Amino acid sequence: MTIPPQETAVLTRERPRGAAVARAGPRHLTIGVAIVVALLLPLLTTSFVTFQLTLVMIYGLAILGLNLLTGFNGQFSLGHSAFYGIGAYTAAILMDQGELAYYWTLPCAGVLCFAVGFLFGLPALRLQGLYLALATFALATAMPQILKFHPLEPLTGGVQGIAILKPDPPPGVPLSADQWLYYFTLAVLLVMFGGAANLVKSRTGRAIMAIRDHPLAAAAMGINTALYKTLTFGVSALYTGVAGALGAIAVQFVAPDSFTFLLSVSLLVGLVIGGVASIPGCLVGGLFVLFVPNIAESISRGLAGAVYGVILLLVIYVMPSGAAGLARILTARLASIRSIRTEGRST
Amino acid sequence: MELLLQQLMAGLATGAIYAAMALAVVMIYQAIDHLNFAQGEMAMFSTFLAWQMIQWGQPYWVAFIGAVVLSFLGGIAIERVLFKPIRTAPILSQLVAFIALYGILNSSAGEIWDFTIKTFPTPFGTAPLFGQNLISTHQAGMIGVTLAMLGLLYLFFRGSRLGLAMRAAAANPDSARLVGIRVGWMLALGWGMSAAVGAVAGMLIAPVVFLEPNMMLGVLLYGFAGAVLGGLSSPGGAVAGGFAVGVIENLAGTFIPYVGRELKLTIALVLIVAVLMVRPSGVFGRAVVSRV
Amino acid sequence: MKRITRRSILAAAPSALVLTAVPARAEKQYGPGVSDTEIKIGNTGPYSGPASSYGTIPKSMAAYYKMVNDQGGVNGRKINFMSYDDAYSPPKTVEQVRRLVEQDGVLLVAASLGTPTNSAIWNYMNQKKVPQLFVSTGATKWDDPKHHPWTMGWQPNYQSEGRVYAAYIVEHKPDGKIGVLYQNDDFGKDYLKGLKDGLGDKAKSMVVIEAAYETTDPTVDSQIIGMKAAGCDVFVNTGIPKFAAQAIRKAAEIEWKPLHILSSVGTSVAATLKPAGLENAKDLVTDFYIKDPTDPQWQDDQGYKDWLAFMDKYYPEGDKTDAGNVYGPSVSQTVVQVLKQCGDELTRDNVMRQAANLHDFTVPMLLPGIKINTSPSDFAPVKQIQMARFDGERWRLFGPLISGSVTG
Repeated sequence: MTIPPQETAVLTRERPRGAAVARAGPRHLTIGVAIVVALLLPLLTTSFVTFQLTLVMIYGLAILGLNLLTGFNGQFSLGHSAFYGIGAYTAAILMDQGELAYYWTLPCAGVLCFAVGFLFGLPALRLQGLYLALATFALATAMPQILKFHPLEPLTGGVQGIAILKPDPPPGVPLSADQWLYYFTLAVLLVMFGGAANLVKSRTGRAIMAIRDHPLAAAAMGINTALYKTLTFGVSALYTGVAGALGAIAVQFVAPDSFTFLLSVSLLVGLVIGGVASIPGCLVGGLFVLFVPNIAESISRGLAGAVYGVILLLVIYVMPSGAAGLARILTARLASIRSIRTEGRST
Repeated sequence: MELLLQQLMAGLATGAIYAAMALAVVMIYQAIDHLNFAQGEMAMFSTFLAWQMIQWGQPYWVAFIGAVVLSFLGGIAIERVLFKPIRTAPILSQLVAFIALYGILNSSAGEIWDFTIKTFPTPFGTAPLFGQNLISTHQAGMIGVTLAMLGLLYLFFRGSRLGLAMRAAAANPDSARLVGIRVGWMLALGWGMSAAVGAVAGMLIAPVVFLEPNMMLGVLLYGFAGAVLGGLSSPGGAVAGGFAVGVIENLAGTFIPYVGRELKLTIALVLIVAVLMVRPSGVFGRAVVSRV
Repeated sequence: MKRITRRSILAAAPSALVLTAVPARAEKQYGPGVSDTEIKIGNTGPYSGPASSYGTIPKSMAAYYKMVNDQGGVNGRKINFMSYDDAYSPPKTVEQVRRLVEQDGVLLVAASLGTPTNSAIWNYMNQKKVPQLFVSTGATKWDDPKHHPWTMGWQPNYQSEGRVYAAYIVEHKPDGKIGVLYQNDDFGKDYLKGLKDGLGDKAKSMVVIEAAYETTDPTVDSQIIGMKAAGCDVFVNTGIPKFAAQAIRKAAEIEWKPLHILSSVGTSVAATLKPAGLENAKDLVTDFYIKDPTDPQWQDDQGYKDWLAFMDKYYPEGDKTDAGNVYGPSVSQTVVQVLKQCGDELTRDNVMRQAANLHDFTVPMLLPGIKINTSPSDFAPVKQIQMARFDGERWRLFGPLISGSVTG
């Protein structure tokens, strides 16, 4: 029995080329619009809000670092405050004592954090789940203590911390220091987010995710799990370290108690709210981490912590998979509505 | 030598605090497979409830039992109301819910009861044990009660049908459902018991560290370290781990020259991680063998 | 010592500010945040997070300003006290202070709490020329009019106190072996430095044990045991109430009776000594600059009675045993005095000028005899302290008012 040609087309339903582009289109359009908006924002708003948005981007980048490790590779980390702190102190020390220009501190912080992350990732290979969590927690707790450690004070400034000056825009550029820092951070953000997106889409990314989902199968398929896991630790630390360096430059001050375990918890909260394993979600996470405590405070100063907790719970109930999960559900609904409509039309 | 003995005993005494907490941590871990960040705050809140009852004129034992019962019910309520709706959510989301609970409990306790430290009575008295100045009767009592709780829990989980049902529900919820175990209620029960154990721990700890809303964060983290060191699948290991953490920390702080005093927490944690390198599932933990 | 780069840039900035005492002029001059009816004051404090126990201090300040407003305000203007939570996190403090200065447009920032938090905004406030008045911390660095003319402390600084303890020890136990308990952060380390500087060359031989603790530590028993074992016969206890109380109690438990010096942070009868056991606290020595509301000796003191009335009416939910609730209103009274002295010239320049122009100003809850004095070269308002000994029931003040003056 032969199948009539038009039915074959229906049966095979090969998506026409245009449709593939059309599917990618809305996404690229959204990103484009977002970038344009981001470029315009500092010119339309006050210095203070620009400063806040810079911090949002910085936290988003730090969360992306955590996301690479925990979201994409399944290694649970409570220690990213340590990498953030190492990056921040690297920038502060190099700018304060080394008189290094601020933009060079970013690669330095990145490289140092990559090394530390990679080295930490080696023993971490043997640990899973909560055991790994404890090891990373140890790292997070050790960081402030080491920074306060007396013999290291000439380098780290001890408990008094280090103050640095905000970089000025290059001569001839008609921007304020805040605006310049915003654009600088935005540029770094775009480059690093782009890099992460590429990494995730590549074969390496698939290997990393395979290790998260089915470590045994991945190993059986020939993926060098040990190498990928430690590399991911390093890259993750690099991202968060660069964020830390930017953070030090933006806040113009580093002190040991800015980088405690509680910062790790904040990053984790941001990761979950934004959506685990979602790259754009990291920015939502950054927005949450910066603004929601302010919102909680405006509701009740005395019970700010409790209100924050309640908001957190509500958000988890409404979007258990984070903002990215919610976005996925909504776009799927929209797509199914749209396909129902088009099918209705074609039959 | 005498200093070593004294620090050892002091370490065991502090370790008893961590051991009690570690027990609560492992209890809930066995029931729900996660670490409950809010465990310490729940214990603190329970202790404040007991304190309030004592302030209202109740004798110690009434307040003690009252707090334990209220905590048990409270734990069940928290599970049914707060965590049941998100049980299918990703693990990390549930973790964030614990963090939220931490914030709520900590902030509320501060608002209701202030941050001035308060004394909490102990049924064991505070005289030096056997006249020696090594540990006090309360600290000895604390060690005793922790071990007793451990024993009771062991008997419960191994020897009773309910305990068996709870273990089954935690280990393999689907199969447990198939044999007729009400998994949801087993989880709630796990929460309740863990809250009750936490309440006892809190009421034992408060006389030593003084009662105030922030008293438990450090204890929880040390308890967690102890539980991991001992092995999360082994309550006995967790208790041993708690004691070990107390001793290691004290000895590191006293005897390691120069770095010990400022970095003793770091050193303790580094040692624990080193042990984990050798035994990745904790000293007494059972390595989970997964079938491919 | 602070670490600032490119000092020259910062040194150039304050040269414009003239810190001479100029009488208030007749016409109205308004800086940001001021109108005929209102003065905006900014503040940050730890309402949440690990240091939230100090959150009552800004709350008590808000209550005090409310009372001032109810009584007519300052020269007819109501005070709009805008206080934000920084969770004791320096990056958050920077954000909140920038909000206060750039978005809310406050005239000055008063009594923000914490050393790292105030350090984070130190340069910003001086660059923007916004008064950072009466910071709620005892760190020594705030008395630095030459390099940071817009920042002023309030309470006697920790290093001065440490030196006073050193002087006392040298006088009463010159051959003593000292054990020090200190919090492992700026506040604790400042005390330690003051003590060691005060002992000078003898520090190396006298200070035998330097025992740190973290606020997350459950107990400090181990440190106390170590001190007794090392043969210490002097104990400098600079812990916050919880740890100070634990130390006092443990020392009694192990029958260790050193010359026990408590810092002013841990002196409260109700918050520290009662939990530790009043009998165990007998013969403790400390320094005071502010009245302890739980000490029976102030029962009939007018300042105490007024304070009690204030708490009952304006901050009833506040803890009357918490010394922070005495600190807050006392600092606020100083702020109000500065604003009064400004008259109608409410500019930031004049605020700093008047802040550096306080003469023998008294605050009811400071110890009798303590007077606040500032000048263009002296940015330490409260300098004097007095020693006291605990007799099992109350603190007995003894000796003269000591002027501690260590500058940053």
